[in-house]
Order: sequence, then structure tokens, then C-alpha cells
Amino acid sequence: MKIHNTTGGRIFDAANYVFLTVIGVLTLLPFVYVFAGSFATEAEITRRAFFVWPEQFSLGSYEYIFSTPAFIRALVTTVLVTVVGTVVQLILTVTMAYPLAKRNLRGRQLILSLVVFAMVFSGGMIPTFLLIKDLGLLNSYWALILPAAINPFSLIIIKNFFQELPQELEESAKMDGATEVGILWRILLPLSKPVLATFALFYAVGIWNDFMSPLLYLSDNSKWTLQMYLRQVTASSDLLGTGNVDPNYIPPEQGIKFAVIVVATLPILIFYPFLQKHFAKGMLIGSVKG
Amino acid sequence: MTTSTVDVKAPEQAPPPAPAPGRRRRFAVHFAHYKWLYLLLLPGVVYFAVFRYAPMYGVSIAFKDYVPFLGVNGSPWVGFQHFQDFFSNPDFGRLLGNTLILAFLNLGIAFPLTIVLALLLNEVRLSILKRTVQTLVYIPHFLSWTIVASLSFLLFALDFGPLFLFINSVLGTDIDFLSDPAWFRPLIVLQEIWKNTGWGTIIFLAALATVDQDQYEAAIIDGAGRFRRVWHITLPGIRSTIIVMLILAIGQMLNTGFEQIYLMTNALNRSVADVFDTYVYFVGITQGAYSYSTAVGLFKSLVGIVLIFGTNWLAKRFNQSGLF
Repeated sequence: MKIHNTTGGRIFDAANYVFLTVIGVLTLLPFVYVFAGSFATEAEITRRAFFVWPEQFSLGSYEYIFSTPAFIRALVTTVLVTVVGTVVQLILTVTMAYPLAKRNLRGRQLILSLVVFAMVFSGGMIPTFLLIKDLGLLNSYWALILPAAINPFSLIIIKNFFQELPQELEESAKMDGATEVGILWRILLPLSKPVLATFALFYAVGIWNDFMSPLLYLSDNSKWTLQMYLRQVTASSDLLGTGNVDPNYIPPEQGIKFAVIVVATLPILIFYPFLQKHFAKGMLIGSVKG
Repeated sequence: MTTSTVDVKAPEQAPPPAPAPGRRRRFAVHFAHYKWLYLLLLPGVVYFAVFRYAPMYGVSIAFKDYVPFLGVNGSPWVGFQHFQDFFSNPDFGRLLGNTLILAFLNLGIAFPLTIVLALLLNEVRLSILKRTVQTLVYIPHFLSWTIVASLSFLLFALDFGPLFLFINSVLGTDIDFLSDPAWFRPLIVLQEIWKNTGWGTIIFLAALATVDQDQYEAAIIDGAGRFRRVWHITLPGIRSTIIVMLILAIGQMLNTGFEQIYLMTNALNRSVADVFDTYVYFVGITQGAYSYSTAVGLFKSLVGIVLIFGTNWLAKRFNQSGLF
């Protein structure tokens, strides 16, 4: 629709295309650097300041980290917590959203207002920490899962989604003698698969990336998650003036840092195409109705 | 406040008008009919009660001297003591300054850059280039702050990191970016830009797609150039989106991002790095001053609420559609 017939317009377009390409490449460059470094030898990393292709290909860094018990433990822990946490979040959110989508259910308005209030105001770091402590969940993986088990925003979005599904589906199922739980299980869930898949991905990314909860709730370093491990490996020891670090810790070689970053990033990059398919839409729904 | 409660107490003690027996029975019938729905609701309600509302009740320790074995209820009240301590503490001015400077840097640099990037992307008609650039610039949003911090540690590593070597050779200096307090804020803003500018464009691109295309044709016929079209049509067209995003950003101003700041804080840059969120952590969790740090956290969230309602009010005053 926009006609660009002027020379100035064409110059602008060319400059814009070049500029955006540079922005895209610059965004990607840190990954390329780390990815290349993780497959290089320690000698090459020290010799060459920056490279995107190693001269000598080496799996040494990966061999090292995958033979380190602390790393394996952190990786396995994080995968487990992410899987269990995502399932718990999905179940709790769906079971709560479904009754709240019923317009004639008494007490619904009250509960919805309390949910919305919880979006605006929260107890904050210390009262939540004391609660976790009083519940005896310190150094338990449940402390990484339960406090954030329902996100009020996604609860409201899923509730709205259920509400917008055609009523006739449920009514006809009811006539066939289906129970409320049966309707949720057999009719609504299959219809909401794409929506729930999107939320599952976002939940998983959130748990995988979470650094604050393990920092607050896991003081036992044998229970650390990958993000905690990554921080300990990459922050050079003289910079760690801020507590919660294993005192017997020896700073690693550079290549190992590169490899740990790659392992922590890779799952996100693998799932990224799936995320990208949905997030623009999801974010817009959230901003309009949340 | 107390006197008025006493005043209304007398009428309250009179038995409330008993609900008609029919009404109560109707609710029982309603409940029995929907018992499965209420059962499904139960875990979620328990979750909100325990993990959202119990901590809100726990905020009361901001006005108490919390003693772990006495618990939240048993600890003695001290009124506004912790708030007074905080406001008279020299840390207060430093924290407020650090928090506000970072907030304004983000608001003044990262926020406009998001709009600029969205406008530039919107001008691209080569859809493969647009899609590719979008795909690339959205990625960092999904990475953890731990990864962002780790990448920064590697890129700016002393004597070693590519950016350390590059910038120092260009400037002819020998700056250790990671520990030099003067470089803390630029690094934080740079990280914020790298991580979230691309992602932030999504909402503006969606708004840009709704701008009336006929206006552009009319403007072209009137001889308006590229920049005048952007200035007079595109920007006014997304004004309400910009205002809503600005209100949201100002409401979040004091939330400087605990993880990011914590990860970039070290012994050498504490003077500029400490913000409300990390202060609550260091004083509360590592030093055990639970009541005092809760008071700090409460102060911060109250200011946040005032900010969001205040900006919303301002936006409405200037005849713009506010957020609510």
C-alpha cells in the first residue's frame, strides 16, 4: 500500500535493512561465540579473543562437565523439577479455571476478585520465605514448584477461553449423562490442547530459568539447580562477594563455562520455534483481557 | 478509626436479619448440585489461601518484632518503628537513588528504543527479512538472567573477554567493566536492551498493524515524506498503546529485577548496585532482619501501587484513555 517512489525513500529502506540485519546478527553473536568456544580447546580460547569457528574441534569441555557429579545432579534435578512443576501448574490452573468459567456458580465473583487482588499485591519476598520455612519446605524441591503453582494471569486467560467455548457442547454432553468432571476431561481438554500446550511451554521455560527460588529456598548446594550451578561456574571467584557459594569451590577453566552455558541454553533454543508459534497471540490475549 | 468501629459495633451485635430458610436451602441445593465443581475449585482456593494470602497476612510482621519461635501472631507489635529506622538510615537515600536512576535509565533509553525498533520493523516490506530479524531479537527474552549474566561475565572478562579487549583498545583504557562502579549502570541497561527490546516490540507491532492504511495514501498524495508520515500518522495511531505501556512501566519502576541486579552485584560495586529488592534479600535473608526487611518491601510495593494509579490518573487528566 505504501508507495515509495523517492530516492530518499529507497536510501532509507536500504539503510534500514542493513541496520536491522546488523541488530539481528549482534543479538545472535554472543551465542555463536559461546557455542564455538564450547567446542574449542582451552589453549585456543586463551589465545584467540573472539572466534565463531574453532580451529581445532574438541569435546573436552563437554567430557569434563558430563563426568562431574555436581553438574549431572543439577541437570537431572532441573529436568525433573521442570517436568513436575509444569504438570502441577497445568493441573491446578485448569481445575480452578473450569469452575470459575461457570457464570452461575455462587461465590465465583468473590474468588475472582481475590485472584485479581493477588495480581496487584503480594506478600513479598520475606513473608513468603518465612511461610516456606514454617511449612518445612526449605531445601525441598516443592519450594521451587508450589509458591508459583498458579499464575493469576494465565488462570484468567484460561478461564476466559473456557467461557468462550460454545455452550451447546456442554449441554449436549449433559443430556448424554456426562458429569461435570467428564465434560472437562472429554470435551473441554481436547478442545483446549493448543492453548494448554502453549501455557505448558511458558511454565516450563519459567521453571527452567528460575534463579530466585533456588537462591532463596535451597541453601544445600547438593540440591542446586542448573541455574545455581551455572552462576557458580561463570562468576569469577573474586566477583562473588554476595554469599551462597560453596567455600571449597575452585574456579574452572574457560571452556567449561562455555559448555555449561550451552547446556543451560539449548533446551530453550530447541523449544523456541514452538514458543514462537504461539507467543505473539498469547501475549496479545493476555494484554487485552488480563 | 477505632472510635468509629466502636460506634458501629452496637447495631452489629443485634442478630443479623436471618436469611430466609428458603434461601439457605436453595444454596444447599445449589451446592449439592455443583459439588463436583466446588471440589475442582478446592485445590486452587487452598493454593491462593496458603501461598498468596498467608504471605499477605505475614506482611504484618513489618509492624512487629518478628521472633521465629513466637511466630507471626505471637511477636510483639512495634508500630512504625521499622519504617522510621529505614527512613532515617543512610542506606535509604542511596537505595532510592540507585533504584530511581536505573528505573529512569531503562525508561529513558530501553523504552524509546523498543518503539524505534518496532517502527523500523514496521517499515520493512521484505517479509523474510522482517520475520528473520523478529525471530532473532525475540530469543534473548526466553533466556534466564543467569545466562545473560554469564554471557556478560565472559564477554567483559578482565584481560580476556572480547568486549573487554575491544572497547579498551578503542578507548585506549584499561577498564574492568564488571567491577568498576561507573560501568554498573551502563551494563545493566545494555543487558536489559539485549534481553527485552525485541520482545517489547511485539505489542507495538500489533498496534502498528491497526493504523488506518488509507491515511498514508492521503498523506502521500499531499506530498508527505516518510518521516512526516511516521510523525503525523503512525505515532499518533499508536499513542494509546504507548501510554498504556508507559503506565505499566512506571508502575513497575521500583521493580528493578531482583535476579538481574543480584547476579551483577559484587563486593566492589555495591555502592551503586544496591536497590530495594536486593537490599531486602541481603538484610532479610542473609542477615535475618525479617521485620525490618519486610517493612522495606512493603514500602516499595505501596510506592509501586501509588505510581501506577498516579500515572493512570495523569493519563486520564490529559484526556488520554488510561489503563482502567
